[in-house]
Amino acid sequence: MSDTHAQTVPFVRDTMLPEAEPPASEMGAVKWIRENLFNGWVSAVLTVLSIAVVAFLVYELFPWFANSVWNANSLTECRQILDGATGACWAVIRVNWLQLIFGFYPPDLYWRPILAFVLLIVAVAPVLFPAAPKNLLYFSAVYPFLAVWLLWGGTIWGVLVAAMGFGVGYLALRLLGSFGTLIQTGGAVIAALVWWILLAAPIIDVLSAALPIGIEAVPSREFGGFMISIIIGVAGIALSLPLGILLALGRQSNMPLIKGVSVVFIEFIRGVPLITLLFTASLLLNYFLPPGTNFDLILRVIIMVTLFATAYMAEVIRGGLAALPRGQYEGADALGLDYWKAQRLIIMPQALKISIPGIVNTFIGLFKDTTLVVFIGLLDPIGRASAIRATSDWQGIYWELFIFIGAVFWVFCFGMSRYSMYLERRLQTDHR
Amino acid sequence: MAMDSGAPQRSFTLGMLLYDTRYRSYTIQIFALILLMLGAAWLVDNTIRNLAALGKDFSFDFLWSTSGYDISQRPIEYDSTYTHGRAAIVGLLNTLILAVMACVTATVIGVIAGVLRLSKNWIVAKLMTVYIETFRNVPVLIWIIVVSAVMSESMPAPSAFRGDTPDASMLFDSIAITNRGVYVPGPLFDNSLGTVSVLGVQPSLDIIAVIVVLALSIWANVRLVRHAAKVQNATGIRPKTWWKSILILLAPITILLFALGFHLDYPELRGFNFQGGIQMRNSLLAMWLGLSIYTAAFIAEIVRAGILAINKGQTEAAYALGVQPSKTMRLVILPQALRVIVPPLISQYLNITKNTSLGLAVGYMDLRSTLGGITINQTGRELEGMLLMMLIYLLVSLAISGVMNVYNNRVRLKER
Repeated sequence: MSDTHAQTVPFVRDTMLPEAEPPASEMGAVKWIRENLFNGWVSAVLTVLSIAVVAFLVYELFPWFANSVWNANSLTECRQILDGATGACWAVIRVNWLQLIFGFYPPDLYWRPILAFVLLIVAVAPVLFPAAPKNLLYFSAVYPFLAVWLLWGGTIWGVLVAAMGFGVGYLALRLLGSFGTLIQTGGAVIAALVWWILLAAPIIDVLSAALPIGIEAVPSREFGGFMISIIIGVAGIALSLPLGILLALGRQSNMPLIKGVSVVFIEFIRGVPLITLLFTASLLLNYFLPPGTNFDLILRVIIMVTLFATAYMAEVIRGGLAALPRGQYEGADALGLDYWKAQRLIIMPQALKISIPGIVNTFIGLFKDTTLVVFIGLLDPIGRASAIRATSDWQGIYWELFIFIGAVFWVFCFGMSRYSMYLERRLQTDHR
Repeated sequence: MAMDSGAPQRSFTLGMLLYDTRYRSYTIQIFALILLMLGAAWLVDNTIRNLAALGKDFSFDFLWSTSGYDISQRPIEYDSTYTHGRAAIVGLLNTLILAVMACVTATVIGVIAGVLRLSKNWIVAKLMTVYIETFRNVPVLIWIIVVSAVMSESMPAPSAFRGDTPDASMLFDSIAITNRGVYVPGPLFDNSLGTVSVLGVQPSLDIIAVIVVLALSIWANVRLVRHAAKVQNATGIRPKTWWKSILILLAPITILLFALGFHLDYPELRGFNFQGGIQMRNSLLAMWLGLSIYTAAFIAEIVRAGILAINKGQTEAAYALGVQPSKTMRLVILPQALRVIVPPLISQYLNITKNTSLGLAVGYMDLRSTLGGITINQTGRELEGMLLMMLIYLLVSLAISGVMNVYNNRVRLKER
């Protein structure tokens, strides 16, 4: 068939045509706009709407930002400078930013929280980044005690004796080495508890009387602003991960009692709002402790926030444990590893890797939830902002303070979520 | 010849309680139980001693004494002469109303934002990314306070609606947005059936009749569709149902509303304020909008993750089988995506319900502000009030997570 008309074709091209440019609608910016902005009429309508929204926002907000006033001592002064035009009065941040960051912390001692924050970065570096020298981990272990001492001040013996509790526990662990793991662990825990509960207070008294080394003490009620959010957030984050792992293992345990207690704890904490737990810390804790005991409000809040985050953390990690194929557990058993070795070497490294997004989300949630402490009278940024707005100089100012506070929180939380993406990429081992 | 019967039988020794995995778990559990009971006894003993020292007893009698405070938003009849218990119920209802409203709007906004973030339209996708990242990473408390400030600072006062050329005007001549709240038209019935009294609450019979008729219509329609499916399975021909569905769903409710003389009550400016219609207070609006836009950002991410989680091969396989695109979405993609989406979605609903307790920040009278706030302050019953409040929150949360577990068990993939 195909050769039937071969001789009758009147014309056959025997040279190549020069390459032509693609049509204008299929190249460059036009093509991009056609494909990404006007791909069908729904897309076109959405594009026009979006541009309208953006234009409206810019039109409304640009003058406000463009006319910003940075130098003024009160809102009235701001308005005089603006002379009727709309404009932001960032002077409120400029005048009050130290208060927003440090609360009523004594100004001549600002170097202490700043130093604590800088050292915090040094302390977390070996945990966060593989490039950091591993020896820094020793500093990370010391850092919590150092930070407490720097922030609250007072005699150095308090934190040193508290730190020695761990040494006492370790000593007990070595001394009981011949008795098997169960007795060893129990003995170490009991020794440390005895040290902290019974011996610590008198030893601190004796030592601080004998060698009064210390720096000026700062009471908790002078803490405030972002400092308090960061203290509660960092403490909660550092404590809730290990406790959450234990609780998740408890919930997965074969022992009915351990499992039951874990389930009840997790479901109770997850079932009530954080704010009720904070009120419990501020109103009810005095009922549950021996008469006459009274301890620091920030410490109580840290305990409650930690318990709250621990329950969520446990559920996130349980998700990671459940996502592991059964073969991993069976493989660990087949190798003859005992429970803790199997968890430490086989299960947890994989389960934690799977749960990274959830863990970091819990951290972010915890950090954002630190704003709730304003309800029990701690002067966190929002509390400071209300106090600033209540002064006669700044009465009637809203947006500048909220935008500043929101922006600072945004930077921290967005940073954490980006870090979690980086960590996921770094730990990715499957082939994609 | 005697066969060796495996491991030698060893008699029980005390050391096995520690070293034999068959018995060790009992040792650990008994030890844990003792510790737990000691701890509980310590707490209870402390509480009793503290209560005695303060000269207080442990009793819930305060729930039946006169409250003496007013609540601005009352779903059921209430004033300051009613009891603290009644105030707590009003607070709980306010909590639930706010939670349901916020869940609905957050879901709608979240689904739209999540789908649009996956859109091929560059500017829309970028805008949604900006929205989600902005709202997710700033505490919800700030959003609630910001919305509250917008409502009370930037909206016109009712007096701005006055005069022939007012500064502000009502939306569609029916919705007035003022700095005292938003006024929307409310339903009114001319031939009302009156109210009934159930357990001290007077629900309107009209509303009940409307709900009952709607429920019956929906039930009848479900029956109709099931019957059609059965006929289709048996004979291969699906009977036409669309006009029957419309008739069943719309006719009874129209007749009922007509018989009851249903019409809308529009808000009107009288004196210094709007009268008529339903007033949504600033506190409710701030909580509702603040919680909605904040949680919607999370829901958007959940929806996006759910859609992305479905393997592309599923769509291709459905096309290869000759299934239409719309049916592919409905029968293949959505059921699988929902399995991924629904559990975290319900846990967001739980979060909304718990976050309603932030109402304190803007003066919304929810359970925390009534029972856990004013009642506790007035009666000095912190312990009882807090315990009761936690119990109620816990029951609400457990009810929601119970629904989630039922769903999870129904759609779970069966593994070994």
